Amino acid sequence: MAKRRAPLFLKRKSYRLRRLRDAARLLPLVGGFLVLLPILWSPSGSSGADTAWDGIYLFVVWFGLVLVAAALAPGLVHDAPEGDGGDGEPR
Amino acid sequence: MPFNLLVLFCLCYVVMLFLVAFLAERRAAEGRIGWLRSPLIYTLSLSIYCTAWTFYGAVGYAARSGLEFVTIYLGPTLVFIGWWWVLRKLVRIGRQQRVTSIADLISSRFGKSNLLGVVVTLIAVVAATPYIALQLQSVTLSFAVFASGTPEGWALPNRDATAVWVAGGLALFTILFGTRNLDAKEQHHGVVLAIAVEAVVKLVALLAVGAFVVWGIGGGMAAVFARIEAASVPDWVIKPDRWFGMIAVSGAAVICLPRMFQVMVVEDGDERHMALASWAFPAYLMLMSLFIVPIAVIGLERMPEGSNPDMFVLTLPLAEGQAGLAMLAFLGGFSSATSMVIVESIALATMVSNHVVMPLWLRLAPQSAMTGDVRRIVLLARRLSIIAVLALGYVYYRMSGGSVALAAMGLIAFAGVAQVLPVLIGGIFWRGATKSGAVAGLAVGFCVWAFTLLLPFFGPDTVLSAAVFDHGLFGLGWLRPQALFGVTGMDPLVHSLFWSAALNTAAFCLVSLFTFPGPVERMQGAAFVNVFDADAAGPQGWARGRAEPEALLVMAQRILGEEAALSLFEGEARAQGKGGYLPDATPDFVAGLERRLAGSVGAATAHAMISQIVGRATVSVEDLMAVANETAQIMEYSAELEAQREELTRTAGALREANEKLKQLSVQKDAFLSQISHELRTPMTSIRAFSEILTEGDLPPEVVANYGRIIHDEAIRLTRLLDDLLDLSVLENGSVQLNIGLVNLQQLLDRALAAASHTRPERDFTVLRDLPAESLFLRTDGDRLVQVFINLISNARKYCDAAQPELKISVRQRSGRVMVDFVDNGSGIAKQSQGIIFEKFARLTDQSRAGGAGLGLAICREVMANLGGQVTYVPGRGGAAFRVTLPFRLEKRAA
Repeated sequence: MAKRRAPLFLKRKSYRLRRLRDAARLLPLVGGFLVLLPILWSPSGSSGADTAWDGIYLFVVWFGLVLVAAALAPGLVHDAPEGDGGDGEPR
Repeated sequence: MPFNLLVLFCLCYVVMLFLVAFLAERRAAEGRIGWLRSPLIYTLSLSIYCTAWTFYGAVGYAARSGLEFVTIYLGPTLVFIGWWWVLRKLVRIGRQQRVTSIADLISSRFGKSNLLGVVVTLIAVVAATPYIALQLQSVTLSFAVFASGTPEGWALPNRDATAVWVAGGLALFTILFGTRNLDAKEQHHGVVLAIAVEAVVKLVALLAVGAFVVWGIGGGMAAVFARIEAASVPDWVIKPDRWFGMIAVSGAAVICLPRMFQVMVVEDGDERHMALASWAFPAYLMLMSLFIVPIAVIGLERMPEGSNPDMFVLTLPLAEGQAGLAMLAFLGGFSSATSMVIVESIALATMVSNHVVMPLWLRLAPQSAMTGDVRRIVLLARRLSIIAVLALGYVYYRMSGGSVALAAMGLIAFAGVAQVLPVLIGGIFWRGATKSGAVAGLAVGFCVWAFTLLLPFFGPDTVLSAAVFDHGLFGLGWLRPQALFGVTGMDPLVHSLFWSAALNTAAFCLVSLFTFPGPVERMQGAAFVNVFDADAAGPQGWARGRAEPEALLVMAQRILGEEAALSLFEGEARAQGKGGYLPDATPDFVAGLERRLAGSVGAATAHAMISQIVGRATVSVEDLMAVANETAQIMEYSAELEAQREELTRTAGALREANEKLKQLSVQKDAFLSQISHELRTPMTSIRAFSEILTEGDLPPEVVANYGRIIHDEAIRLTRLLDDLLDLSVLENGSVQLNIGLVNLQQLLDRALAAASHTRPERDFTVLRDLPAESLFLRTDGDRLVQVFINLISNARKYCDAAQPELKISVRQRSGRVMVDFVDNGSGIAKQSQGIIFEKFARLTDQSRAGGAGLGLAICREVMANLGGQVTYVPGRGGAAFRVTLPFRLEKRAA
C-alpha cells in the first residue's frame, strides 16, 4: 500500500484536545440558547409574578456555565500548539 | 454619620490606593513582576466592567424592570465562556501587533489608516462622556445620601463642588500612575493592581449588603424567596426584543468598551490569563448580581414611598442603623466609580494622543519629529487628554442636571461603542474587509446611533426639535428618530440597536465588496486574520539599506528612552553577529522596530515616523505574493533561498568589515612605527644634544640647571611612553596582578576628576554628576578603574570641541552590573572612526598633541577586559559617549 502523507487517525491525546476545543466553541452557543429560553415560556401579557423562579433558573444556568467553562479552561491552555487546528481533522 | 468623617474615610481609602499603586510600580521597576501579572490580578482587573452603574444602578434597574438587569451581565458571560472564538484572537493580535487601544487595532488592521483611528476615537469619546458623567453622578449622589443624614436625603449644599473635587482627584491619580511611562505595553502595573484591589472591595461590599439584607432583615433564604414571589412591585414581563437586544449589546460592549479593551488586551493579554478569566470573570459577575433582586425587593418593601431605588444599597443599611455597613457600601460604590473613570480616561487619552494629537503634530511640524523630544510631547498630550476627558464628563454631568436614571445613560454608552463591533469582527475574521468599508460602516453606525438614541435622550426641543420627533428630519416622515423607516412601536433602545447594527454592517460589507484595498492594508489584513500562523508577521515593506541605523537609534531613543532603545539595538546587533550598538537596518529589523514604537505611539504614528527616515514603504511583488495563500509553497522555497542569500550577504558584509579594519590597522601599524621612532627619537635627540653641551662644561650654572631640567623632562616623557607600552603588553598577556578590594565608586570618580584636571587646566570645564547614584561599593581593582576613568575624562577635556565644554557622568545598575557613562557635548566621533578608536596608536586628529602615543583607550579596553567588564563607545548621544560596564563583584580568576 502507498504511504499516506498524514495519519488518518490522530493519537488519542491530540484527538481529545481537538474535541475539547470544539466543546469550548459550542459552550457559548449552548449558553445563549439556555439564556434565551425564558423568552419562550413567558408569553407577554401574563402577570410578572415569576421573578423568583425565573431568577433561580437563570442563576442555575449561569452557575452551570461557569462550572463547565472552569472544567474546560485548563485543558485548553496546556500544550496548546501554535496552529489553530480549527478544522478538527487532519488534512 | 458626620459628613467630615466620611470625607476622611474616602481620603484614607484613596491614600491606600495610591500606596498600592506606588508599591506595585516600584516592584515592577525593580523587575520583580511576578504575581503582578498573574491570571488572578488579570481577572480582577477585568471587573472594571462593573462600574457604579452596576453597584447602585442594578438595584434601581431591578426595582423598575425586574430581572432584566441580568442581561447586562449575561452578554459578557457568553462572550467570556466563548473566549475561544473572539477574545483569544484579539489578545493574540494585541500582543503581536503591540496594540495600544481599540482605535489603534482598527487603524492598524486597515492599513495603519489614521482616519479610522480618528473615527473610532471620536465614537469612543462621545460614548464614554455620558458614562463618565454617570460615575461622577453616582459618587455625588452617594455623598448626598450621607450628607443630609436622612435616608432620602437629596440636597447636598454644593453637589457641583463635590463633583469637581472627585473629578480633580481622579485626574490627579490617573496622571500620576497612568502616564508615568510611555510604552503602553509595559506600564500601568500600579493602576492594574489598584483596580484589582478595588474589585475586591466592591465585591465584598455588595455581598455584605446582600447578606445583611437576606439574613439580617429578610430572615433567611426561604423567607426572602417567598417575599420575592409575593412581591408585586418588580412585576416583570420579559420583553423578548429587549432581552435579546440587551444581551447582544452588552456582549458587544464588553469587547469594545475602551476600558475593557485596555485591561483585556493592552495591559496584559495572555492566553493563560484568558483561560482563568473565561470562567472566573463570569463567576465574579454572577456574584455581583446574586443579591440584587433581594435588595431591590426588600428595599421597595421597607423604604418610604418615593425614595430613589438607585441608592438602596446605601440607604437600606443606613435606615436600619448599620452605619458601618453603609460605609462599606459607600466605599464599594466609590471604588467602582473611581476604577472605571481611571482606566477609561487612560484608554481615551491614549487614543486621543496617538490618533489626534500626534498625527496633527507630525503634520504641522514634521521637522521637530526628528529633532524634538517626542516622549515629552506624547506624555504631555496624554495628560492634557486625561484632563479634557474628565472635564468633558463633568460638563456633561452639569448639563444633564444629574437627574436621569443611571441605567439609561449606561445603555446609551453601550450602544455607542457597540458600533465598533462589526468592523472589529470583520477585521479579524474577513480578509476582504477594506478601509473604505470600515469607514463607511463606522460612520453610518455612529450617525444612526446618535440620531436615534443619543440626541433624543435629551428630550424634545433640546438638541432635536419637537418637530423632528413628530415629523422626521427635514419633514420626511420616514426619518423620525424613534421610528426610522416608519417602523413604529419598537422600544427606543432596541429600535436604535436594530437599525444601527443593520445599517452599519450592511454599509461595511457592501463597501468592502466594491472597493479594493491598498497593499499595506492587504498585508495587515492577512497578518490579522491569520494571526495563529506563525509566519504571518505583517508587512515588511521597508526598502533595503536606505535607513541609517544611527538615525533610527536617535529616533527610537526619543520615544522609548535611551536605555530601552540601546538594549534593543544592541540585542539586534548581536543577533546579526555584530558588536556595538548599531545593527544593519534590515527590513526585518525596521519592521520589528516599527511594531515596538507602535506600542508607544500607535501604529499609524510609528509608521509615519519611520517613513520619515526610511522613505516611503514600498511593498514589493514578493511581499504581495506572500499574501496569496496559493503561492505559499513556492514562497517557502524562495524564502529559504532568500534566507541563505541574506546569510551570505551578512557574512560577506562582516568579512568586508573585518578586512577594512585590518587594512586600517596595517596602515596604523606603519604609522605607529614611524610614530614610535619619532616619539622615541625626539626626546633622545634633545637629550643627546643637551648632554653634549653639558659635557663641554664651562657654562653658567643657571644654563646648566635649565638644560638639566630639559633632559629630565624628556627622560620622563620617554619613561611614560615605555611604561605605557609595557603596561599594555602586560594587560594583553593577561598576566597582570589585580589588587582587588572594596572601593567606593564616588571616591574613585573624585580621584579621577582631580587627577584629570591637570589636562588642559586653562579650559573652563563643567562636570555634571549624579552623586546619589554614584555612592555604591564595588569589589574590583580601584587603581586600575581610576586609570580608566582618568583616561576617559582627560580625553573629554582634550577633545571636546564645544564652546562651553560639559561632561555628564551618570551611573546605572542593571542585572548585577554597573554602567558608568561619560557623555560630553562636543561633536562626537565620526561613524567610520568609531570602530578603531580602541585600537592601539589610533589618534583621530593631530589637535592638541599633548597626549601620549594614542595608547590611552587601548589600555582602557585591556584594563576593563581584565576587570571583567568593557568600555564601549555609545553612538547617538549627542557628543562623544563612552560607557564603562563592570560587575559589582569581581571574582578572583581561578589561578
